[in-house]
Amino acid sequence: MGWYLLRRAGASLVTLFIATIVVFAGVRGLPGDPAVALSAETSNPQVLQAIRTEYGLDKPVPVQYGLWLSHAFRGDLGTSPNTGLSVSQTLAERLPITLELTVLALLLAVVIGVPIGILAAVKRGSAADYVASTAALGGLSVPHFWLGILFILGFAVNLGWLPASGFVPLTDPGANLAHMIMPAFVLGIGLAAVVMRQMRSAMLESLGADYVRTARAKGMSGFVVVGIHALRNSLVTVVTVVGLQLGALISGAVITEQIFIIPGIGKLTIDSVFSRDYPTLQAVVLLTATAYIVANLLVDIAYSLLNPRIRVAGGSA
Amino acid sequence: MTAIAAESQPRVARRGRMRRRFTRRPPAVVGLAGVVIVVFIALFAPLIAPYDASASNYNDILLAPGSPGHLLGTDDLGRDLLSRLLVGTRASLTAGVLATVLALVVAVPIGMVAGYFRGWIDLVVSRATDVVLSFPFLILAVGLAAILGPSLVNAAIALAIGQVPIFVRIARGEVLGLREEEYVQAAVVNAAPTRVILFRHMLPNILGPLVVQVTVGIPAAIIGAAVLSFLGLGVQPPTPAWGTMLSEAQQYVSQAPWFAVFPGLAIALTTLSFNLFGDGLRDVLDVRMGS
Repeated sequence: MGWYLLRRAGASLVTLFIATIVVFAGVRGLPGDPAVALSAETSNPQVLQAIRTEYGLDKPVPVQYGLWLSHAFRGDLGTSPNTGLSVSQTLAERLPITLELTVLALLLAVVIGVPIGILAAVKRGSAADYVASTAALGGLSVPHFWLGILFILGFAVNLGWLPASGFVPLTDPGANLAHMIMPAFVLGIGLAAVVMRQMRSAMLESLGADYVRTARAKGMSGFVVVGIHALRNSLVTVVTVVGLQLGALISGAVITEQIFIIPGIGKLTIDSVFSRDYPTLQAVVLLTATAYIVANLLVDIAYSLLNPRIRVAGGSA
Repeated sequence: MTAIAAESQPRVARRGRMRRRFTRRPPAVVGLAGVVIVVFIALFAPLIAPYDASASNYNDILLAPGSPGHLLGTDDLGRDLLSRLLVGTRASLTAGVLATVLALVVAVPIGMVAGYFRGWIDLVVSRATDVVLSFPFLILAVGLAAILGPSLVNAAIALAIGQVPIFVRIARGEVLGLREEEYVQAAVVNAAPTRVILFRHMLPNILGPLVVQVTVGIPAAIIGAAVLSFLGLGVQPPTPAWGTMLSEAQQYVSQAPWFAVFPGLAIALTTLSFNLFGDGLRDVLDVRMGS
């Protein structure tokens, strides 16, 4: 197992390393003087010269990349030309908001998707299965940002139950949740559909397996068979699916934050595109890529803990 | 072996059996019908549309559905919503198909070569797909749209790049599995050129999973294009597109809710059709979608 994880972690590091090159090259490929961008758009030649020296912009490109990386590694991601604030500081303020949103969405997806998936598998071919499977396909097909607009229309404009948009810090938990519940639901519903579909097919496979038949033959109750034996093996699939969907979750957060005007990383991304705030854009892209790579590594670790076969085989991935 | 067995059967009989398996699934047939309708609308939109989709009329702004002459009402500039929806089908379908076909054409040869030769080529390709996959698709698309500039084609290119790794992985995995098949070995022994082995012998046998992924990729790209248009990074006004219409509608959501309802419904029905069709096709072709 140690070897497998070590190899897996090594591959992640290589991927991350190449990703930093792509991010660096992508932003360097944009028009404009990077020194001006890094300096919050000053035209003072002395300041610009100081920045060029500090970031090595007068040096060859590979050296520049190394300096940029070492600055980024130490948490210095430059200064936003629009606000004049340190990009790292802005990220630190915005990140917890997006984390709260995605964790809530993930929680909702699992709480909705897993039980319905189990139910659909156990009652295979029934009306409940049919309704659940159709609803899941619907959940996959409905564009979430449209769902968000409909929710605002229904629950905020017409019924007045929930605030239409905005964000309240966690210091006021009630108001925070009232603002977060609609966005979290909008973001989580597509994932819930994916989890449900995968849970259903994984459970169907488990329920048809020999060990389940043996457990039933031993006279175990249906609850124990389904809830303990079949579920444990099916959860492996769910973990994988959630891992694979993390990118979709981050993408979804971008648009959800835009609709509900939540000041998280996603909104920051879009704002930085339109205000041509390249240091911020660069930092956000780097941050999301890093988060995604690390999360996938964690999923693989969880996967190997849940499924001993991978550990023994050393992993074929 | 299965590939040889399938190949030696009379092709017509096999097609007939597949068609029967497909038509026995009502959701799949409904999906296919939906896809056909969407394609038809996209092709003939200007002929079907009752009005010029870009013609504004400031005397008739935000009319409710069912208003005389405007079945679905009008938008904030008095443009006929039905006409805009119909013409908007073009942008959505173009983006969805273009993004997916572009990804397919680029990715399949790369994936096949990686799976066939293995070794360092495979290593480089696998690492590269990992890197592309490590950027969440919308972040990638937004970043690319920022670099390339906002337009329908650039949005499609950005969405295509996001899809390339998926097709590469499928093609690579399938070819990896087929390499040891006897008919491939026979072709190798006969000194057939690699190009012939890959594209004449192997490609027809890996089409199933690729076709299924196309039916997954098109609706995903349609939603992706709508998202980019909604954010102002896709189709530019006044060209009608469902995503752009939604972003225009968002500010009038309390006065004119239907304005926001119809474009979203159009997206949902289109993607649902593709998904139903794709699900049916997956069952018929008996493709197991792995991770």
